[in-house]
Amino acid sequence: MANIMIRKGDKGYVFYMPKRDIEDSIVAMEFDTPEKWGGEIKLGNGGIYFIEPQAAPARLPYSVRAKRIDGVE
Amino acid sequence: MGLLNREEAEALIQEVLEVYPEKAKKDRAKHLMVNDKKLESAKKCITSNRKSVPGVMTQRGCAYAGAKGGVWGPFKDIIDISHGPIGCGQYSRGGRRNYYSGIAGVDSFCDLMFSSDFQEKDIVFGGDKKLAKLIDEVESLFPLSKAISVQSECPIGLIGDDIEAVSKKKAAEIGKTIVPVRCEGFRGVSQSLGHHISNDAIRDWVISNRDGKLDAGTPYDVAILGDYNIGGDAWASRILLEEMGLNVVAQWSGDGTIAEIENTPKAKLNLLHCYRSMNYIARHMEEKYGIPWLEYNFFGPTKIAESLREIASHFDDKIKEGAERVIAKYQPAMDAIIAKYKPRLQGKKVMLYVGGLRPRHTVGAYEDLGMEVVGAGYEFAHNDDYDRTIKELKDATLIYDDATGYELEEFVRQVKPDLVGSGIKEKYAFHKMGVPFRQMHSWDYSGPYHGYDGFAVFARDMDMTVNNPCWSMFKAPWQKPAEEPEAKAA
Repeated sequence: MANIMIRKGDKGYVFYMPKRDIEDSIVAMEFDTPEKWGGEIKLGNGGIYFIEPQAAPARLPYSVRAKRIDGVE
Repeated sequence: MGLLNREEAEALIQEVLEVYPEKAKKDRAKHLMVNDKKLESAKKCITSNRKSVPGVMTQRGCAYAGAKGGVWGPFKDIIDISHGPIGCGQYSRGGRRNYYSGIAGVDSFCDLMFSSDFQEKDIVFGGDKKLAKLIDEVESLFPLSKAISVQSECPIGLIGDDIEAVSKKKAAEIGKTIVPVRCEGFRGVSQSLGHHISNDAIRDWVISNRDGKLDAGTPYDVAILGDYNIGGDAWASRILLEEMGLNVVAQWSGDGTIAEIENTPKAKLNLLHCYRSMNYIARHMEEKYGIPWLEYNFFGPTKIAESLREIASHFDDKIKEGAERVIAKYQPAMDAIIAKYKPRLQGKKVMLYVGGLRPRHTVGAYEDLGMEVVGAGYEFAHNDDYDRTIKELKDATLIYDDATGYELEEFVRQVKPDLVGSGIKEKYAFHKMGVPFRQMHSWDYSGPYHGYDGFAVFARDMDMTVNNPCWSMFKAPWQKPAEEPEAKAA
């Protein structure tokens, strides 16, 4: 588990993990509706992380805990 | 020898790696690369922000250096207590020439060194009482200070002193902000973690002090983050922003004050010069206060014009016109400088090895002068810095992360640049090798280098160094015939 920050970039969501300096685009997010948001997220570099599904944040950027499922760190 | 092509550069890296034992060689190989502009991300080609190999003479600093010298030191009205043995504070005092306006020892404290001077008994019995006493002394001797920060040195973390508790208690007593900074030197692999810790300390202890009490400000409020006012850099940047109609509410941290930190949340845009040391707080402010941030580059007229236009694009037409006006105003002066120095510097090769932003930021300024960067590297950069760097540099440029003394010397010996830009630790080694050298951490006692005014100084300094007649007198006359074997043996 690590703290990540999700912000809005030019082409969709951007994933940022300060501890590992990973900044990459999110190519796929499992749930992306106002009521249910999060789930498995896929990064441009092939990494897969999991965010507990929750209501979409009112404003981005947004800090949240994420779990690494797969991929480089 | 001209510019290296890709094969030559790769062969050079292999040659340099030859001397290392197997394990160190494997490790160091990951930190050296030849630039390829096509790369999207540097991650596959270069490893950064890793522990240095013991025994290779790294040029890095420690977390305390990043926190005290880097981020906190330049704030002028904050007294930075170096909590621990005396040496760390003494040797980090005032060496970076962070200029400020104010009177030293009265309302400004950049030049002074405050230390709790740990002795054996403090290690044995703990230093919290000493810290409390020191804060009282500081308060009585320098009542015009606006805040205090406690920069912990290694022993504080080792003996487990509770500087947070002391800070809270004393802050309530004296009615000033006291920030405990847990920047023990052993944390992390370089000064970079010290920057991060300082950013987090500002986030936790300072930035929200005036939440809800700040006025809305003007629509043109901006803050300069990551400009340490070395030789007056931040001032040279600030006047350009003000001239185009923006209102600079804070300077982080060169010539900055605690009030400016507390006022930063009313900025409409955070301007980030040193990305490496201040991006953390910029990201935090984006999340908490919704302030967007923008990286800019004020080295050399080309990049300045680009940056001014990019900054202006976040504002209305008045600022956009202001940016064009500023660019048009300074362009003739810049053309004159380029006309004067470019013929003298055209085609000269530069190798850089600096800290967090200059290996990529100064590339534009050198190119304005017709010079070429043939090698660049960082002491403490992370992957995201290299992502940005590979776009700035030409193909087949040498890139070295956390270079060792040996690697730097060998690269310089083989590539034979006309100028090396690096820090004070490298300066005299290269002087002795007879290579023109500029100290690019604190501008070799010169500056400013940022902004249009800074470019004039930058161009003059580079010319003064590269074309200095002393380099041709480097060898004594009786040594000259034996030059070839000598150079090899040296």
